[in-house]
Amino acid sequence: MSSQERTWKTIESGPHTYEEALHPVVRKNYGKWKYHEIPKPGVLKHVAESGDTIWTVRAGTQRQDTVDMLRSLCDVADKYCDGFLRFTVRNNVEFLTPNAENVEPMIAELESMGFPVGGTGMCVSSVSHTQGWLHCDIPATDASGVVKSMMDSLYNEFKDMQMPNKVRLSTSCCAINCGGQADIAVVVKHTRPPRINHDHLVTTCELPKAVARCPVAAIRPTVVDGKKTLMVDEAKCICCGACFGACPAMEINHPEHSKFAIWVGGKNSNARVKPSTMSLVAHNLPNNPPRWPEVTEVVGRILKAYKAGGRPWERVGEWIDRIGWKRFFEETGLTFDENMIDSYRHARTTFNQSAHVRF
Amino acid sequence: MSGANDSAMNGGCHCGGCGSSDGNGKFLHETPMLDQLESGPWPSFITGFKELAERTKKPMLRGVLDQLEYSYKTRMGYWKGGLVTVDGYGAGIITRYSMIKDKFPEAAEFHTMRIQPAPGLHYNTDMLRELCDIWEKHGSGIIALHGQTGDIMLQGIEQDKVQECFDELNQAGWDLGGAGAGMRTGVSCIGPGRCENACYDNLKLHLTALKHFSGQVHRPEWNYKLKFKFSGCPNDCTNSIMRSDLAVVGTWKDAIQIDQDEVKAWIEERGMDALVNNVISRCPTKAITLKDGGIDIATRDCVRCMHCINAMPKALSPGKERGISLLMGGKNTLKVGVNMGSLIIPFMKMETDEDREAFIEQIEEIIDWWDDAGLDHERIGETIERVGLKQFLEGVGIEHDINQVTRPRDNPYFKAKY
Ligand code: HEM
Ligand code: SF4
Ligand code: SF4
Ligand code: SF4
Ligand code: SF4
Repeated sequence: MSSQERTWKTIESGPHTYEEALHPVVRKNYGKWKYHEIPKPGVLKHVAESGDTIWTVRAGTQRQDTVDMLRSLCDVADKYCDGFLRFTVRNNVEFLTPNAENVEPMIAELESMGFPVGGTGMCVSSVSHTQGWLHCDIPATDASGVVKSMMDSLYNEFKDMQMPNKVRLSTSCCAINCGGQADIAVVVKHTRPPRINHDHLVTTCELPKAVARCPVAAIRPTVVDGKKTLMVDEAKCICCGACFGACPAMEINHPEHSKFAIWVGGKNSNARVKPSTMSLVAHNLPNNPPRWPEVTEVVGRILKAYKAGGRPWERVGEWIDRIGWKRFFEETGLTFDENMIDSYRHARTTFNQSAHVRF
Repeated sequence: MSGANDSAMNGGCHCGGCGSSDGNGKFLHETPMLDQLESGPWPSFITGFKELAERTKKPMLRGVLDQLEYSYKTRMGYWKGGLVTVDGYGAGIITRYSMIKDKFPEAAEFHTMRIQPAPGLHYNTDMLRELCDIWEKHGSGIIALHGQTGDIMLQGIEQDKVQECFDELNQAGWDLGGAGAGMRTGVSCIGPGRCENACYDNLKLHLTALKHFSGQVHRPEWNYKLKFKFSGCPNDCTNSIMRSDLAVVGTWKDAIQIDQDEVKAWIEERGMDALVNNVISRCPTKAITLKDGGIDIATRDCVRCMHCINAMPKALSPGKERGISLLMGGKNTLKVGVNMGSLIIPFMKMETDEDREAFIEQIEEIIDWWDDAGLDHERIGETIERVGLKQFLEGVGIEHDINQVTRPRDNPYFKAKY
């Protein structure tokens, strides 16, 4: 349809307004909540200064949803929640109702539809993740599949509240890591420098842009068959894949050599210790669809050790701070290797600038 | 890229239009690897896709499942980008063309429309059903709820349907989110909608700010992307510190409000050991002491971390003098490595429309500075790191404040006015 035929003039409205999307009890007590309780996993009870109570039932979703699935969630919201629902930033769906008697039937209905109820308090919540083979143009793997496989084995950890504190997981399909920092993160690591398709490069890529993208200045102009193109100094290259984002002819993904790495100890909340970034604790795990058992195994091991050894309120990073990295590796059975010593910018901030030693 | 996925290519019509079934009477081709993602208790996106495909018989869905199966088999991705927009906009549609459309012509195009939801990700079922109907009419029916930057991602539409789909969505009150080097969609926690910790109306500020910058969302023209996230308190449920350039975090200035009767009830229920081990000794600045069977908090020692309030939600709540802290520069790996946001403005009131206006003026100044000082493809945190925090503060007219550093400089090389 060409623009001339349009009868509708765009309204640049920005985000959808929220007031019409708030349950009347939420609207009435907006900003006047007094306290909350978690009566059981997956259920929140918020009490307002007015004495009103609102119950929340929280359930996990597959995040890659469909109109059918959304409509079925709407049916639940219509039946029990006066037609209102919301989502959390970790892809959980929440149903809010002022009627306590709606809670149990709603849980039963959601579970019968296949949506696990949980994700509250000291649990492993849903995984924030990225696009993968379904949609991104630079992925080495399929984040949705890794997450589905991982959550199958962490199903009870989602539904229970048996962890020392909340555990946030994330999964990313390339080293750019759109999935973000988390207590435990599963992130692709390329292990070979890009392979250059010179014919393709000359016709599709802006050379200066690709050169500028490299964080370690490993890309240099060169001439091949009389044509200006690029080369990679393989000794310098850190296999980050940044150039591939700018120039698809610098193919970094590889069916064998794009591997998985596991990172731990990221925390964004300010509670107790300051926010922290993640550290590398395992890498070279195979990118093994459709079930990625090696990834799930390592994540499971870390969670098991944390669950056994963490004290109340300690996030994964705080637990490691207390017991030390040496014991972290002992208790998880993972191996510390030389690649886990940082060699990039600000590396010295991760070195032990003290005589504190653990034996 | 050689070796076609034979099972996916057996028989069937690949014209991409008629949606007819293949020789064995089934609409979908075999996808043995994807099928393995249908077992196990966690909800399966593959099951959802297959059910949708069987019901709607949309050829695109079959093609996408075939291509995804092929990716699982070959461990490679096969999408490339391009440029598709709607009238008047320069962003918001993420273009996906198949690199192997000869193999799977039904999935030749699979573009995504990023749609901005309401702050706090609240819906009523009327608006959601309308969204589903429009999306089913024009697109694949696949929706990701939500992207990490907050968008509803309507995944799978062809270029020639994008404009009419958008027009219908727009008439229903929806607008496209950001992409490219401009303002991106924002994220906010539930805030005052349900959380007793919210220190400002983050939903309102989110709406106000993103509406204000709508032009820059739709027509990207800066050095690089800029993301807002709005968390009601330092628990930072939106992960703003790590994942946004502009992290707006609620906080308070005065004393934590203590209900001593509730403190005593807490101790009664859980015991003194729990109070000492899990509350008092976990306070990062040792601001809490036992007093007369209750607790005392030395406000001047408190760094407003939220721990004690989280542990005793009935007994403790944030103070009354509330507002926001602004942190800047959070971003992930590419290309200087991970950076968390750092504190720029320790406190700003955020109660009235004037407060919100002052906030937006301040952000505009910050963006102007970045537009000038930043390099192409440089996030604002990287620009600050390159030119220096002192220069940034001067450039945007923000007062220096001891809260901006963990400690004064240890490097003696500097030039001062004497
Ligand atoms: C070119 C292909 C890319 C695709 C298809 C892609 C896709 C996405 C999507 C769909 C999201 C969620 C968006 C939303 O919620 O609206 C996202 C978030 C993100 N992207 Fe990308 N991305 C790409 C490239 C990049 C690059 C080059 C960077 C690095 C500079 C990057 C960094 C991020 C980060 C850090 C987030 C998460 C931000 C947050 O937590 O909100 N992405 N990406
Ligand atoms: S992590 Fe990488 S591959 Fe995955 S969505 Fe982000 S940019 Fe794409
Ligand atoms: S992979 Fe990274 S380090 Fe290697 S050449 Fe490309 S941009 Fe440079
Ligand atoms: S960030 Fe604070 S205000 Fe927002 S939902 Fe989390 S705890 Fe509540
Ligand atoms: S908010 Fe944090 S710093 Fe302040 S008193 Fe409570 S635990 Fe201590």
